[in-house]
Amino acid sequence: MTVATTRIPEPRQKTPTPGTGARDEAGMTKRIEISGLNAYYGSHLAVEDISMTIEPRTVTAFIGPSGCGKSTFIRTLNRMHELIPGARVEGSVQLDGQDLYGPTVDPVAVRRTVGMVFQRPNPFPTMSIYDNVAAGLRLNGIKKKGDLDAIVERSLRGANLWNEVKDRLNKPGSGLSGGQQQRLCIARAIAVEPQVLLMDEPCSALDPISTLAIEDLIALLKERYTIVIVTHNMQQAARVSDRTAFFNLAGPGLPGKLVEIGDTEKIFSAPEVEATADYIAGRFG
Amino acid sequence: MSIVKTDTAAPPAEPKPLQLTRRSMPTWIPWAVAVAAVGVGLLTKAVQGNWALGGFFAGLFYVVVVSLASWQIEDRRRASDRLATSIVYSAFVVAVVPLVSILWYTVQQGWEKLSPEFLSHSMNGVGPRDDKGGIYHAIIGTLEQVGLAGLIAVPLGLLTAIYLVEYGRGRLARTITFFVDVMTGVPSIVAGLFVYAFWILALGFEASGFAGSLALAILMLPTVVRSAEEMLKLVPNELREASLALGVPKWRTVLKVVLPTAIGGIITGVMLSIARVIGETAPLLLLVGLSQSINTDPFSGWQSSIPLFVFDQNHSGSRFAPDRAWAAALTLIIIVMLLNLVARLIARWKAPKAGR
Amino acid sequence: MSTSITPESRDNAQRDSGSRRSPKADQAHGADAKPNKTQVRLGDRVFLGLSRGAGITLLVIMAGIAVFLVVKALDALGDNNGNFLTDSTWVTDGSKPAFGVAGLVGGTVISAGIAMLIAVPVAVGVALFITHYAPRRVAQTLGYIVDLLAAVPSVVFGLWGLVFLSPKLLGLHTWLSDYLGWIPIFDKDETGTTARTLFTCGIILAIMVLPIIAAVTREVFLQVPRAHEEAALALGATRWEMIRTAVLPFGKPGIISASMLGLGRALGETIAVAMVLSSSQEFTYKILDPGGNTIAANIANQFAESNDLGRGALIASGLVLFVLTLLVNGAARVVINRHKEFSGANA
Repeated sequence: MTVATTRIPEPRQKTPTPGTGARDEAGMTKRIEISGLNAYYGSHLAVEDISMTIEPRTVTAFIGPSGCGKSTFIRTLNRMHELIPGARVEGSVQLDGQDLYGPTVDPVAVRRTVGMVFQRPNPFPTMSIYDNVAAGLRLNGIKKKGDLDAIVERSLRGANLWNEVKDRLNKPGSGLSGGQQQRLCIARAIAVEPQVLLMDEPCSALDPISTLAIEDLIALLKERYTIVIVTHNMQQAARVSDRTAFFNLAGPGLPGKLVEIGDTEKIFSAPEVEATADYIAGRFG
Repeated sequence: MSIVKTDTAAPPAEPKPLQLTRRSMPTWIPWAVAVAAVGVGLLTKAVQGNWALGGFFAGLFYVVVVSLASWQIEDRRRASDRLATSIVYSAFVVAVVPLVSILWYTVQQGWEKLSPEFLSHSMNGVGPRDDKGGIYHAIIGTLEQVGLAGLIAVPLGLLTAIYLVEYGRGRLARTITFFVDVMTGVPSIVAGLFVYAFWILALGFEASGFAGSLALAILMLPTVVRSAEEMLKLVPNELREASLALGVPKWRTVLKVVLPTAIGGIITGVMLSIARVIGETAPLLLLVGLSQSINTDPFSGWQSSIPLFVFDQNHSGSRFAPDRAWAAALTLIIIVMLLNLVARLIARWKAPKAGR
Repeated sequence: MSTSITPESRDNAQRDSGSRRSPKADQAHGADAKPNKTQVRLGDRVFLGLSRGAGITLLVIMAGIAVFLVVKALDALGDNNGNFLTDSTWVTDGSKPAFGVAGLVGGTVISAGIAMLIAVPVAVGVALFITHYAPRRVAQTLGYIVDLLAAVPSVVFGLWGLVFLSPKLLGLHTWLSDYLGWIPIFDKDETGTTARTLFTCGIILAIMVLPIIAAVTREVFLQVPRAHEEAALALGATRWEMIRTAVLPFGKPGIISASMLGLGRALGETIAVAMVLSSSQEFTYKILDPGGNTIAANIANQFAESNDLGRGALIASGLVLFVLTLLVNGAARVVINRHKEFSGANA
């Protein structure tokens, strides 16, 4: 990224609305279609029979009470769920028509395509800020200093972090504040140019100001990525997401289920199911 | 800020086709290579007549061929993943083979000789041509020496740990912590030399079981301090505060609240440290002399001990000595293993109560 | 060394403990302590005195080790006609006693070095296997087995090494000298009939310290936060790449200190080497030939037959061993401290 491109005359000008046909055909961001998905921990069924479509280049928020399987479900979307011993998944998750759980699919390739940001900022403590962002690139065989420099800068700029860290790229990432660490993790995730970005409660460990910074960032990122975010914070879901999915437990000890999914405005103003309205009004959860 | 925002809106990189599947190696290939590797091993054994060499080449063949195949069929990254997996598995096999071999060989060699008679007789009056004698005197020596060492090291170590955790701040505590670390690294023979220089040369005592106990105590101390310290640190501060808030003086809080909470872990640590010193030979070689007959008094006269007995029989010219050495070695291993197992059982049994 | 407790030191202790507890608890303690002040003070005093005394005793022991070894060693060094640090003879009787530790230090370092070269990679592999490769249910059992093996007494290793292992290694000796003999250390003078060599000792030491290094390394690997491993996996790392990015860098200081612990054991190991090695006083770098000796094994072998001067000389050599292990521990500490900035401690 050169300086020249950053000096566009009208910096605050809104870019064209995302989701226009031309870009979709280019195939940068992908639609995710989930059907009949069950997720297990051993013999315990944690999430039951979920079917939904996640639109490209939108932010989809998952809300619902604690333990309703939101986090479990989001981890099935890049095959992180199966890393827990005994955990397994049934059903299909299709990314632009390709089943992530197909027999010849390489989970490593899936995770490279579907990036993830976690609840707690988890930069590699033994690495510098630069190396943290470059970690995924090095794995993918990008070793040349010039290439790395360019992508690291682009990713840090993309995560709204460049100006804060450009003078201390060689300092450990763990020396940053919590919010900066989380943006560093986002920079690390987008450095490998995934198609989808999953965020599992990315702000739950952050203070309000850092949270705001991340939310701003999400609004920018959705122009390039399909974003799925799990959040406990209803206002956050309302602020950042285009579509909202409400999850709930069928009952104590029973698996979590998808109650409804729709445009965020509609879910928050006129949900179809009463439980959703109750939850959003703060009557339980 | 605004500049940065424009950046993000920059046009996306050129679209890439979505590729989730990778060419992967058919599962039969590793198996086929494994079969071939066994063949290589057998061939090596036939030519060189050495099982170890055969195993080595079979393993090497498998690792190299599977990695190369993966590199050809799959890609470099998955080839290195397979290579690493094979190496990690091999490392485990390489580590376990000799260790299992020791246990198995000791059992095999020592099993026959290990009898109630062997355990209940000393070597008193056993000549080079007698297939008699046993380790009764050595068992007594070991029990007394290790017991005395424990009597010295456990209270001293436990109190030190209490000082470090409950009172210790400042320079003294830091110094003690540092020297406990240093002590952990003291070779057992050096501990033996110290007790020799101090107890025997400077104070003029004779070699005895107790001199050995002193050296063993020095070896036990750092282990006891360390493990007790760890356990005491695990006791939640709320417990101490609750007790202090009830008006219980600090020393009673430590004795009645903190110690009982940590006792399971402390016992485990003590038993593990006993298991460690019970097999020590080097310091005893310098300090307890060597006796072939029963001496129940650890404070005067020479004694024996099980590890010393093994060492001595190994040097003895009698053709019955090797059997006795192996039987004693087996006894020693059994004792050590039992101590370890009991220690772990205590740790497990006590663990839930520690509130972890 | 005085262990008596002055009122001042007691107050210090009070303050010290107070600074760690919450102020509330301290107040409560202070308020409630008043009614039966004398009683409390006596009990606390005695207890603090005992525990501090124990700590001080420990320091006295350490100081004693150093002082007594130095005094006795200096006695013997005064009668030495050779150069203690550069000679490798060991004559401690007769009219012109001369002894030096050069050969012994060489043998000690070589055998421990061989042990480290073999044990560290294998131990890291074992720790990785138990923590990241083996099925979880098996892993715990395997961990216990490794712990148990760390407890096998060295005299048993010595016996096994002498009777079982060294004959089996004779072939390997010949093979190595046949094919790698052009490398000086693998050069072999004797067409030997025995494998009681420094090389064999190194292998036995490796087997002995392996469980120790593996056990400590395993604990370190278990401490690697799951979040870091998941971060690597979510970037599309294979298992090995995840280990390289998240586990090994995090575990590096731990691996180093575990190795140093093992190295300390290998340097100081006495009985197994004394039983297995066919020793000589001369320094040899030819690890496939019998000969050479280590400090610890030399002490065990010579002690019984030595006169007073000989024992003093052995004490002096023991002091060298002590210093050697101290240096190793110190080096480990330096390395770990250097890594502190990039450690997980401040994460």
